Amino acid sequence: MMAKPASALAKRADELMNWIDKRLPVTAFWNATMTGYYAPKNFNFWYYMGSLALLVLVMQILTGIFLTMHYKPSAAEAFASVEYIMRDVDWGWLIRYMHSTGASFFFILIYLHMFRSLLYGSHQKPRELLWVFGVLLYLALMAEAFMGYVLPWGQMSYWGAQVIINLFGAIPSIGEPLTEWIRGDYFISDATLNRFFALHVIAIPLAIMGLVLMHLVALRENGSNNPDGIEIKANKDENGIPLDGIPFHPYYTVKDIFGVAVFLLIFAFVLFFWPEAGGLFLEHDNFIPANPMATPEHIKPVWYFTPYYAILKAVPDKLMGVMLMGASVMVLFFLPWLDRSPVKSIRYRGMWYKVMVIVFAIAFVRLGMLGMATGTPAETIEMRVWTFVYFSFFILLFFLSPKGKTKPVPDRLTH
Amino acid sequence: MNKKTVSLIFSLVAMLSASSPVFAAGGGNLESAGINVRDVAAIQRGAKWFVNYCFSCHSASYMRYNRLAEDLGLDEDMVQENLVFADVKLGETMEIAMRPGDSEIWLGKTPPDLSLISRSRGNDWLFTYMKTFYQDESGGWNNLVLPNASMPHVLWQMQGIQKLSGSGHEGEHGSDSQLVLATPGRMTPEQYEGTVRDLVTFLDYLSEPAKLKRKNLGIWVMLFLLLFAGVAYALKVEYWRDVH
Amino acid sequence: MPTDGVNKGRRRFLVATTSVVGMAGVGFAAVPFIQSWNPSAKAQAVGAPVQVSLGKLEPGQLLKVQWRGQTIGILRRTQDTIGALQSIDEQLRDPESVESEQPSFALNEGRAYKEEFLVVNMHCTHLGCVPQVIPQVGPQPFEENWKGGFFCPCHKSKFDMAGRVYKGVPAPTNLKIPPYSFIDDQTLLIGVNPEGVS
Repeated sequence: MMAKPASALAKRADELMNWIDKRLPVTAFWNATMTGYYAPKNFNFWYYMGSLALLVLVMQILTGIFLTMHYKPSAAEAFASVEYIMRDVDWGWLIRYMHSTGASFFFILIYLHMFRSLLYGSHQKPRELLWVFGVLLYLALMAEAFMGYVLPWGQMSYWGAQVIINLFGAIPSIGEPLTEWIRGDYFISDATLNRFFALHVIAIPLAIMGLVLMHLVALRENGSNNPDGIEIKANKDENGIPLDGIPFHPYYTVKDIFGVAVFLLIFAFVLFFWPEAGGLFLEHDNFIPANPMATPEHIKPVWYFTPYYAILKAVPDKLMGVMLMGASVMVLFFLPWLDRSPVKSIRYRGMWYKVMVIVFAIAFVRLGMLGMATGTPAETIEMRVWTFVYFSFFILLFFLSPKGKTKPVPDRLTH
Repeated sequence: MNKKTVSLIFSLVAMLSASSPVFAAGGGNLESAGINVRDVAAIQRGAKWFVNYCFSCHSASYMRYNRLAEDLGLDEDMVQENLVFADVKLGETMEIAMRPGDSEIWLGKTPPDLSLISRSRGNDWLFTYMKTFYQDESGGWNNLVLPNASMPHVLWQMQGIQKLSGSGHEGEHGSDSQLVLATPGRMTPEQYEGTVRDLVTFLDYLSEPAKLKRKNLGIWVMLFLLLFAGVAYALKVEYWRDVH
Repeated sequence: MPTDGVNKGRRRFLVATTSVVGMAGVGFAAVPFIQSWNPSAKAQAVGAPVQVSLGKLEPGQLLKVQWRGQTIGILRRTQDTIGALQSIDEQLRDPESVESEQPSFALNEGRAYKEEFLVVNMHCTHLGCVPQVIPQVGPQPFEENWKGGFFCPCHKSKFDMAGRVYKGVPAPTNLKIPPYSFIDDQTLLIGVNPEGVS
């Protein structure tokens, strides 16, 4: 706090803070994490995503709580209760759209957030655990979104659950009993819906909050990476403060507030003018109540799962497809050890890496598009090509990263 | 944003636009409904058509009569008299008298509830559907959009009776037959199209009554956020003067 | 990093402006969440006004209907019980209905729009039991000089033929009168007051 002429009110405020600080280290915590925590001064666009993801998490929890006040988690009442929220509850439509739009935006942010790591090597030593917690968070988010989508109990909710849970049946010998155990019934039913509700509302959010805490503690331990991929703690002044670091508060609090404003503009635009996003965020078939006797023409997961769905569809064998799809997610855990480059940031890596990253991104997006498509023979061939590209990225990374020609890395931060 | 990021995004966009139209819905030949969601008069007319022609078989069980009255600026007594049957109260939902079991026996299939039909099928589908009923060789009703539909052409007196001409061959992208008006109805084709458009406008409203409110509020929210973004930007720039 | 030459005034102004706009935004955003707790359209439909036909109600008879989860009694009073209302004022805790809840038109002797019909919320103002209706004049085991009224079996509270509470019983106030109006001579609408009445 800057010194000010002490007014009576300011004095009282100080006394209050002293009283609290003797019992709960609020000021010490603030100093350690905000005003005394130094972050690299050259954060760019890619560094907004973490704080925005935290904002979306808070929004999802808040809107989720309010939805739970009106939603009925039974097969008989779920669909109608969602329409009740949309029509009969004051502002229910807004709360629902915030939640559905928020879910999709969460994934957009997380994909950009993860991509940043590929660009700047944020997953590399000493931040491997930070990355691992991140991938765990990604898994939790996927589980959360999958279960959340089942709750409206529309046609896509039901049949999407049917398909995904049946994948577990591919596992030899334990497959069938396992799917029955997950469903809690012999078919997707009220039992399944109710337990997904419990997991979606309580269990996974608790896990997510715990993982976010771990993720932030791990971040704070080594401090943030940056677009140049060099450690700012290598160059400190006589007070032990990194020369290229700036205190998180006020510089990044102020910058993140601006980031929030821009994000909310985009978010509000979609929410108020395009909440269905052409069927991407709210699928058309999900406005039909679940009907176990009528399979929709075209079952597909929500857009954020479609890249993995494409990988699954690319393989003709069910078990192999499941395993490859699983591998495509699990491989992410190993990235810190696959990437053996002596240089963190793409700015100083060889051209080969730049090409690989761009091609990887294209592969991911293209797989996503193909995952949504019907699967003509031509598309199936393309899915196999991009699946190969996807895995090649990681394999090539392992073999090429220690050797690739790199540019000299600066000592001090550039832009 | 540096050059690398820009070129990356550019190549992604190029890839996406070059690829096949993955987002197209099935059944290519749908005519554009061209409705205007802000046209309250159209919704009112559509409501009348709905209640008089659809509501005997199709419920709208997520819609309440009094909501209809409020949103469409209709007098509650007028709604009670003209749209509500028997002694159903104005706050209740729009159910039909026919029971699901009966409808299955009488019609072969339970007519679906139409509260959300505009969101699941889409306006273009509904518009084309109501325009492409025709009488086939068996003398019964058929439909180009939904072949062998159980539903009769309830508006046949307005449109008239259409028949198929041409080879009748069903290609991959819809029939290459033409529909011709064998017997004219009470309306001209243009009038009938207007009626169907009104009906679809109503169904669009039915599926999301809050739509207009949502859009209108959205404008204010965006304006407020623009203000907030502006102020936040000024704050950010001011503090970042310190950083070199 | 140098912070001298910093325009502190400008910073304070910008922080204040951003905070004010931000707080306003949070305030606007809170409104939908708070209002989502209001009774929904479904609750309002179920809680809608109830129409009651009085055609078959005999003098001394009680008709009970449900409105918003409450039992509402419509009692057709006889002339002698109406006449007797004034005589028991001294035995009552709140004969002028100052403390109790009723529409403004019910601040008269009979606590009713039309003297002949008492429209009353039948939940005892003590703890909510529904009292028995004993409309006839004559001695009762719980009251020698009974001029007709309501007797609550739960804790023995007594109310007169206008729902006014006796002294010395657990119930604190007179029975509530709900909003109501007459659509025509024979038809009541419970839940809606006559125009201009609070």
